Amino acid sequence: MARNKRAIPEINAGSMADIAFLLLIFYLVTTTMDTDKGINRKLPPYDEELVEDPPPIKERNIFTVLVNSNDQLLVEDEYLTIAELRTKAMEFIDNNGDGSCEYCQGFKVGTSSDNPDKAVVSLQNDRGTSYGMYVKVQNELVAAYEDLRERYAQEKFGRSYRSMNEDEDKEILKEIKLAYPQKISEAEPLNIGG
Amino acid sequence: MAVIKKKKDKALPAVNTSALPDIVFMLLFFFMVATVMREVDLKVTVNKPQATEIQKLERKSLVTYIYAGAPRQKYQDKFGRSPRVQLNDSFASLEDIQPFVLQEREQKSEEDAAMMTMSIKADKTVKMGLITDIKLQLRKAQALKINYSSNQPKNVQALYDSE
Repeated sequence: MARNKRAIPEINAGSMADIAFLLLIFYLVTTTMDTDKGINRKLPPYDEELVEDPPPIKERNIFTVLVNSNDQLLVEDEYLTIAELRTKAMEFIDNNGDGSCEYCQGFKVGTSSDNPDKAVVSLQNDRGTSYGMYVKVQNELVAAYEDLRERYAQEKFGRSYRSMNEDEDKEILKEIKLAYPQKISEAEPLNIGG
Repeated sequence: MAVIKKKKDKALPAVNTSALPDIVFMLLFFFMVATVMREVDLKVTVNKPQATEIQKLERKSLVTYIYAGAPRQKYQDKFGRSPRVQLNDSFASLEDIQPFVLQEREQKSEEDAAMMTMSIKADKTVKMGLITDIKLQLRKAQALKINYSSNQPKNVQALYDSE
């Protein structure tokens, strides 16, 4: 019969694109691509009893940063704004009081740190300090170390520290981190301005 | 010349769109692979602080999130306005953090558990008292790698102006 001789008609795939678009838009809406970013820190392990005798550190090797409940900064007994903190911290770490650090460019002030290895940054905040301020202070302190490392990398290797690769430049990174070891210590917060 | 070309009708032939689904499917697969589902619906408002020295959290499977902030408008009748902690999809108290960390750790393989990072996503107005309490709980749970989730500011100078 005439009817049977006709070939099976092709399936109309014109709306396939529409279906795919619909799925695509669904995925665009329900998923996120933003990678999480933040400041990495390490907490000290929890110990039931407090360490009885913390190793003595000379007063000149400690850089005290206090933040009160009004988000005001007191750095080395001096009122500072957040914009000044980074330079102040860099001066302290880079001071090179005992002259043992060859790559430092500090002022060798008698009241500031001996060398970058001995320098400790001590941070204490109040329970009423805002988290935003705390992150800002942390950020500036980390930035001070990063800037010094960057300078060291530029002088010694002629390369940018920030662009180095974790896998390829393992040894170099290790050396830079050893030149300016990051020592930030956090004290238990005060509860004054609760 | 001898060959006479017959002029066809002058209307443009329809553009062949049979490859369009392929292209769209390709895009679709790209998005399916490159993105992740939204993790939880936030019950607290989180307005992340800004910082410049930030690092990417590479492997999502290693990251566990802790949210802290004031409850959203629609939960305020029930939970008040003071900042609270959110774990997974629900409000939690500080005592819930330790079991939560242990449970998360159990779900990971042994080598991954050692690399587990706790990402603290807190609102910038939250007081440090709450954050310190969270940190103490994390220390007790032996989850020592943490990350203060923050955004890269568009204008770095603005970081210093707000005072």
